[in-house]
Amino acid sequence: MRLVVVLRLLVIAGLIGLVEMLCRMGVIDNFTMPPPSRIGADLWRLLASGKFNGAIGKTLSNAALAFFLAVSIGMLAGVVIHRIASIRAALDPFFATYYAVPVLAFYPLLIILFGLGDAPKIIIAFMLGVVAVIVNTLNGLDRVPKVLLKTARMARMGWFETANKITLPSAAPFVLTGVKFAVAYALIGIIGSEFILSTEGVGFEIAFAYNNFDNATMYPLILLVMTVSITVNMLLGMWEKRLLQRRGLR
Amino acid sequence: MTNASHNDVHKDDLHVSLRGATKVFRRADDGSEVHALGPVDLDLKRGEFFAVVGPSGCGKSTLLEVLAGLSTVTAGTVTFEGKPISGEVPDGVGVVFQEDACFPWMTVADNIAFGLRQAGAAEGEIRARVEGALALMGLNAFAASYPAQLSGGMRQRVCIARTLVLQPRLILLDEPFGALDQQTRLLMGEELLRLWRETGATIFLITHALDEAAMLADRIGVMSARPGRLLEIVETGWPETRDSTIVEKPEFGHVTARLWQWLRAESMKSVGRMDRP
Ligand SMILES: Nc1ncnc2c1ncn2[C@@H]1O[C@H](COP(=O)(O)OP(=O)(O)OP(=O)(O)O)[C@@H](O)[C@H]1O
Ligand SMILES: [Mg+2]
Repeated sequence: MRLVVVLRLLVIAGLIGLVEMLCRMGVIDNFTMPPPSRIGADLWRLLASGKFNGAIGKTLSNAALAFFLAVSIGMLAGVVIHRIASIRAALDPFFATYYAVPVLAFYPLLIILFGLGDAPKIIIAFMLGVVAVIVNTLNGLDRVPKVLLKTARMARMGWFETANKITLPSAAPFVLTGVKFAVAYALIGIIGSEFILSTEGVGFEIAFAYNNFDNATMYPLILLVMTVSITVNMLLGMWEKRLLQRRGLR
Repeated sequence: MTNASHNDVHKDDLHVSLRGATKVFRRADDGSEVHALGPVDLDLKRGEFFAVVGPSGCGKSTLLEVLAGLSTVTAGTVTFEGKPISGEVPDGVGVVFQEDACFPWMTVADNIAFGLRQAGAAEGEIRARVEGALALMGLNAFAASYPAQLSGGMRQRVCIARTLVLQPRLILLDEPFGALDQQTRLLMGEELLRLWRETGATIFLITHALDEAAMLADRIGVMSARPGRLLEIVETGWPETRDSTIVEKPEFGHVTARLWQWLRAESMKSVGRMDRP
């Protein structure tokens, strides 16, 4: 186990070292991409200057809001859809093809409807994430052993209490998969729409720096987004691992 | 577990009564019907220990779910303590299911406390009763473990404990010792007898082990192959203070032999039916 972690870190360090070397040898010229060590130092400088605090705060708070909406509404919708077989049957094909639709293409329409504020971005990010949560919740609810439902009935639990205390906890490993998707989609949705058309946020700042050949800003911000996304995913991964270990599944 | 008195007081009270109880399952997809149970007529006296044996798939679990109020009969009536049961789980009935019903996300202690918490018992009371149940089931060392860390037999004991802590007046057990080895099975049987004497609860035990039925029960119902009907009720005539040493008595052999006489033909029917789709 330890060895695996060490190997993994070595692979990452090796890749970064390789890129660093290519940059310093001039194989990758500095106008294309500065060496990773510079990007790291630049990020530190940017964060310390506080110049982008507003943009970072905006992006992260919007992403967090979209994430919580996607997870809570997705789980609730999953429970309700699972309860009503006819709705389930009617919606299943839509879920199956949902991710074939480029949701970001609706962004201009949403701007016309809601203006150039936070709302269209949050809606986009929410729309991207919510179906992943619904689908994975349904998947988990399908696998709840019948005997647990009988146990809930013996304890005279209503449908909401049963969902809250029995079926969702039982389906937790699956729901968590949906939650991990929701994290990724929240960031993609928010930063993606900031990229397309916006006046604020990390995505806008990256696009702005790109248009001004400002590599000393663009790359550090990209690194920041990657770091946030990977960190949140790793935390969820650790939670998931504990959950599965408890159930003897890993 | 202190209400030992009503055992003697109401010994002859009618506790559970089935009249023409019948269950036909209708499948949603093709509308075909499975006649799973009945008609069954059966009276259980308050405080009696009743066991059911029958070939696999004959409708034993179906009968138990009807008694638990989890499933409604398609014909006939079921009454518990004078009131009809109709798809409503009545107060005072506890079930141990055939399948593993432990919640994998809860510790053993929380699993056992589940029903008590649900009923809104005080934390102190819950702790005391859970501790008692852990001791009774030999699970003391595993209070903080998760079900996945337990053997199948231990998990089944958790489920039994979870039901017993609620002190039900009617306890329905569906092959509760199925996952246990023979020694543990005998000891658990003795514990069940002790509990039964102490609480005065009515026990309805489904088992596939004829010796288990013969050792534990006052009366044993033998069910036919599906659709399950009661072919015969065998009275054991054991004294109330009995334990597993009863297996030494010649009468024990007679009871088991009678059960087998009835079951042999039925089991063959049931197995034969399995060959055909
Ligand atoms: N929900 C259901 N829908 C349709 N048929 C069912 C349903 N539940 C049970 N059955 C059928 O009813 C019959 C009796 O089932 P039941 O589970 O009561 O048998 P059993 O006596 O408990 O068997 P075993 O000893 O194997 O546990 C079986 O043929 C089964 O296929
Ligand atoms: Mg059964």
